[in-house]
Amino acid sequence: MKTIEEIKEIRKNKREELDLRVNTKADTREKHILVCHGTGCTSSKSPRILENFKKIIKEKNIENVRVIMTGCFGLCAKGPIVIIRPEDTFYSNVTPADCEEIIQTHIIEGNRVERLLCKDIDGSLVNRLDELNFYKKQKRIALKNCGVINPEDIDEYIAFDGYKAIEKVLKEMTPDQVVDELKKSGLRGRGGAGFPTGKKWEITKGYEADQKYVVCNADEGDPGAFMDRSILEGDPHSVLESMMIAGYTIGANKGYIYVRAEYPIAVKRLQKAIEQARDYGILGKNIFGTDFEFDIEIRLGAGAFVCGEETALLESIEGKRGQPRIKPPFPAESGLWGKPTLINNVETYANITRIILNGSEWYSSIGTENSKGTKVFALGGNVNNIGLVEVPMGTTLREIVFDIGGGIPNGREFKAAQTGGPSGGCIPAEHLDTPIDYESLKEIGSMMGSGGLIVMDNTKCMVSLAKFYLEFTVSESCGKCTPCRIGTKRMLEILEKLCSGQGTENDIYRLEKLAVNIQKASVCGLGQSAPNPVLSTLKYFRDEFKEHAIDKRCRTNECKSLAKIQIDPEKCKGCGLCQKHCPVNAIEGEAREKRVINPDKCIKCGTCLTNCPFHAIN
Amino acid sequence: MEEEKQCQCGNNEKDEFLEKLCTEYKPIKDNLIQMLNEVQEHYGYVPIKAQKTLSEFLKITMAEIYGVVTFYSRFTLKPKGKYNIAVCLGTACYVKGSQKIMDRLKERLKIEPGETTKDGKFSIEETRCVGACGLAPVFTVNGEVYGKATVQKLDQVLDELSAKE
Amino acid sequence: MEENLVTLTIDGIEVKVKKGTTILEAARQAGIDIPTLCFLKDINEVGDCRMCIVEVEGRRGFATSCIQKVEEGMVVHTNTADVTEARRVVLDLILSNHVKDCLTCTRSGNCELQALAQKLNVLNIEFPGEMTKHEIDDLSPSIVRDFNKCILCRRCISACKKVQKVGAIDCINRGFESCVSTVGNYSLNDVNCTNCGQCIQACPTGSLHEKETIDDVWVKLKDPDAYVVVQTAPAVRAALGEEFGMPIGTNVTGKMITALKRLGFNKVFDTNTGADFTIMEEAHEFVERFKENDNLPMITSCSPGWVKYIEMNYPELLPHLSTCKSPHQMFGALVKTYFAKKEEIDPNKIYMVSVMPCIAKKFERQRAEMKNDGLYDVDNVITTRELARMIKQANLDFEKLEDSSFDNPMGEATGAAAIFGTTGGVMEAALRTAQDILTGKTLDKIDFEQVRGGDGIKRATVNIAGKEVKVVAASGLANAQKIMEEIKNGEADYQFVEIMACPGGCVMGGGQPIKSSKIRSEVDVRALRANCLYSIDEKSTIRKSHENPILKQIYAEYLEEPGSYRAHKLLHTHYNERPKYNFKEN
Repeated sequence: MKTIEEIKEIRKNKREELDLRVNTKADTREKHILVCHGTGCTSSKSPRILENFKKIIKEKNIENVRVIMTGCFGLCAKGPIVIIRPEDTFYSNVTPADCEEIIQTHIIEGNRVERLLCKDIDGSLVNRLDELNFYKKQKRIALKNCGVINPEDIDEYIAFDGYKAIEKVLKEMTPDQVVDELKKSGLRGRGGAGFPTGKKWEITKGYEADQKYVVCNADEGDPGAFMDRSILEGDPHSVLESMMIAGYTIGANKGYIYVRAEYPIAVKRLQKAIEQARDYGILGKNIFGTDFEFDIEIRLGAGAFVCGEETALLESIEGKRGQPRIKPPFPAESGLWGKPTLINNVETYANITRIILNGSEWYSSIGTENSKGTKVFALGGNVNNIGLVEVPMGTTLREIVFDIGGGIPNGREFKAAQTGGPSGGCIPAEHLDTPIDYESLKEIGSMMGSGGLIVMDNTKCMVSLAKFYLEFTVSESCGKCTPCRIGTKRMLEILEKLCSGQGTENDIYRLEKLAVNIQKASVCGLGQSAPNPVLSTLKYFRDEFKEHAIDKRCRTNECKSLAKIQIDPEKCKGCGLCQKHCPVNAIEGEAREKRVINPDKCIKCGTCLTNCPFHAIN
Repeated sequence: MEEEKQCQCGNNEKDEFLEKLCTEYKPIKDNLIQMLNEVQEHYGYVPIKAQKTLSEFLKITMAEIYGVVTFYSRFTLKPKGKYNIAVCLGTACYVKGSQKIMDRLKERLKIEPGETTKDGKFSIEETRCVGACGLAPVFTVNGEVYGKATVQKLDQVLDELSAKE
Repeated sequence: MEENLVTLTIDGIEVKVKKGTTILEAARQAGIDIPTLCFLKDINEVGDCRMCIVEVEGRRGFATSCIQKVEEGMVVHTNTADVTEARRVVLDLILSNHVKDCLTCTRSGNCELQALAQKLNVLNIEFPGEMTKHEIDDLSPSIVRDFNKCILCRRCISACKKVQKVGAIDCINRGFESCVSTVGNYSLNDVNCTNCGQCIQACPTGSLHEKETIDDVWVKLKDPDAYVVVQTAPAVRAALGEEFGMPIGTNVTGKMITALKRLGFNKVFDTNTGADFTIMEEAHEFVERFKENDNLPMITSCSPGWVKYIEMNYPELLPHLSTCKSPHQMFGALVKTYFAKKEEIDPNKIYMVSVMPCIAKKFERQRAEMKNDGLYDVDNVITTRELARMIKQANLDFEKLEDSSFDNPMGEATGAAAIFGTTGGVMEAALRTAQDILTGKTLDKIDFEQVRGGDGIKRATVNIAGKEVKVVAASGLANAQKIMEEIKNGEADYQFVEIMACPGGCVMGGGQPIKSSKIRSEVDVRALRANCLYSIDEKSTIRKSHENPILKQIYAEYLEEPGSYRAHKLLHTHYNERPKYNFKEN
């Protein structure tokens, strides 16, 4: 147990000690070697890098150097990442074997290890993290502590203003003032739908009940999105603190974090954070000497995308199949065990402490008119800088893909970006300059979603992409309501028909009709948004659908059954190797003559392709 | 023969685990999924026996428990293989060609996702985003991540694992 | 009063309804019939099927009218172009995954899905595709599950889990593969199913139905060597007419007997006579136990679904069960002994058929205990619905049939027996006899109003021979569970408990004519059928079982007295603890 004074003491001392983390000009002889321990870097062996550093430092008896694990730096494509502070040197693709050299050259001799320095897209060597184009246009609010502090050390969190916001709220603010501050900040739910957070808190606060709950939705299921995970891994205490603020505001003393079991590192760090907070008396009874009490429990998801839907999530916390409930009543009125329940997602919570400490005016100065603050995106797909980025609302897609993301690899063309995952839609090149916020994305047929942003180059078939998302929805549909259970399956079947060359133009019409009606008639957000990937690709890439249906052609050759294998007569030397290897005797032609493929017999297995010594078959 | 052996050696220990599990939790319905997670972790699947124990402990019908087990993809009804290979079919990996990895895996092992090879050595599953998007496409073997995967790399890993006992 | 009313507009019609009314109910009150499918009033209100969607002005997306409540000033449109198209697409999708062998389906003509397809004028399937495939489970002696016809409305699950608190079935798997099933997809026969058949009553399609055994009856009826005897349970006569379009609760006893005779049964007897025997034995058993204060409360044992339930769930309470067989089993035993001897018929040649409102009786008749000298008391149990089918097969115009009477020498029964078919009836009949035994007088009190009516649990204290007797009649297994918990925990001191597995008793049994969701929400089917039985009782000249002259004769000629050695051998049974699940574990 720590008193409020003791915590203030920790904050003061620790902050001085850690100044070098954020101040490149810090006047210190100390050095901190930060080793990324996000899931990406962990899976490429960053824990062994950390161990190696420690071992070498001990062996060589080096003083004033500390090795620290941190959360995600964001630039996952360059992982494992090691940063040395205060000079902020950024080493990328580090292996455990490199540790020796880094210690020797950088720490002992004071020179940079050039071969490990990160190269920017233009090939230039990057000395410092903030020189990277990747970081220049970013603004870190939710990710403020990620990559700066050791997420498993509560003192480091406290050092950077941790648990100051809850203290302020408890000592200086009434619940109404908190609601007011949030409303003025303009913060909207980061889970996808963008409901004004302050309003949600106000509504939940307004219901009288003997028991209320605060829930954190950390069931990040959107494939290709890992914003929430990175926050939980890099800054778990900020989520706990914001949940406490929520508890104080709405009048709840119990919180649940529903997190995917597939995120073991996040779960472990959350558990540690909760234990540490309990040890310090920050969670528990009489928090900071007031009569406010609050505790948090973790509930593990078990692999069901639909549990990201708030009412399905509640069912799952209650130990049942994650089948959504009909709304209204909304959880604010009747949630967990029928009690008023406030549900926000991880990223939303991560913004709350900052708003309380810096004020709503500061927050609302960032972003666009109706979408305030920043948004974290998980940038992936055919883009150079795969990773986690946080940008002010209103940043254009072009800035994200080309300035931050470093453009498309292999000199290919940008075709589309997909936001919102299986619930979102595609944004074509013509909308690259749209400033991204909740409304603008909706207007162009996509949605913010939780923040997955997948870039596609021109080798991607949009019909196949729609099919990919429908496959996902079909396997993740809970099966409760008819339109989603059977309707999405039928949509997938039509898309399969189109991709295999069996489709007709009428199928496109039927697909659209199904999509529109599933959107309208489904019970929950999953079903209502499941047709979005189809509708938005139909909107911008209808020609491709028509080509599949009418011309039986896939311009990217991604749809194998539509691919036509031909022998280029210019290049064919008549060697006959293709004919010899063809398993179905589909290649015709006499010895030493140019060969021809009989399309009726060809099964497109591609054997001839690999066997042609002259690359004459394509 | 081998199966029989497995059963016998597992029996005593299994009961102990379930008994202990029931002391660690309160007998309230909400704990079902948490307890099933532990069962899955311990056995590598959720045996009917465990469902029965939980049914009696939590006062939930077996049909309902079975409904929960078959709803969540993390729970399986059959033991996984000695090497469980999971291919990420998240969007980032998909865009980078993870379907090809999955196709190759199915072709080599001649099983579908969710199945185990007859010798009990391999099982395969589809996963959605293991969080290593920077390394896409990825597959994992018993949780260990293999990044920037190619068909060749997969073949190599499979050859190595097949050679092992 | 005005405060409790809400005014809203539905399709331009102003409606005033009570606060808390659903949009669906409000619309029905305004004469607008919004289609429903998964909705089953008070039982399954989940909003899954999406047939009842409507537009509410100012609300994003469609409202689910079967569960969402009216609000003041609400403007509802039930039939806009958007709603009708969405509804048709949804129905199209349901049909696309439904085996459409309607012509040969047991529910043809009484299928809610079929009716909807007609109502919405769906003439072809626009979105056909892969269908889920399920093996048919017909291993249970009572219930056949064909989930190729299941539309996943989950009404059966709610009936089993919520109403009966049995939970033999639940929703399993996810998404398109979702289906209603048991643990491990084992047969209903191998799990905790009680065979009550409330799932069948809830099913809107032909996905659940009784295991039909009328072909065996036809074979015997045509076999010159067989002596085929039929008996009909009290509740059958109150419902059979419905299958021929007659109003619910019409008493068709006379026509039913004529029909059975025309079908070719050698003798048409009345299970009510068996019921009178049950009362004689049970009332005496009760009086004995009451005097000795032995294993009280005594619990009735006429309902085979209930018996299986207690065997599985409360084996420690089995000594409380009356040892009496159920009426049709008693009667079957007497037919194959007393009647066979008297008429000089080889009991081996007698084929005893029971027409029952119940499908658990199909299970009960084949219990090992229900045999005497190697012969089953009853050889075949068919339901009310199956009898209706036989009558149709035999080209009989049921409504035009003359009335006739049950055959002698075992064809007379009392009013007490008639009310066996409704909840509280067995209790009332037993009390009529018990009071006369205990007082040694013939009392005028006949009606025990406290145990009548549709409540799931009816507690009463009756005064018999100067002693207070605490009784309770419960119907529906969820209610039974409550009473058993009370007894188990020592919270109640009942002396006599009547339990019926089906909510409302046998008139609402799993073998009775199936009523659609709409009828069930608009009409109190139980009350209409029960009233039919009470009026039979009222019109009866003899209203106490022990006054039945046939009983007196058979006891005198054959059984000696209630509880005698022979009575025990033929009319009593015993029970065993039964595992809930008997499949092999893996």
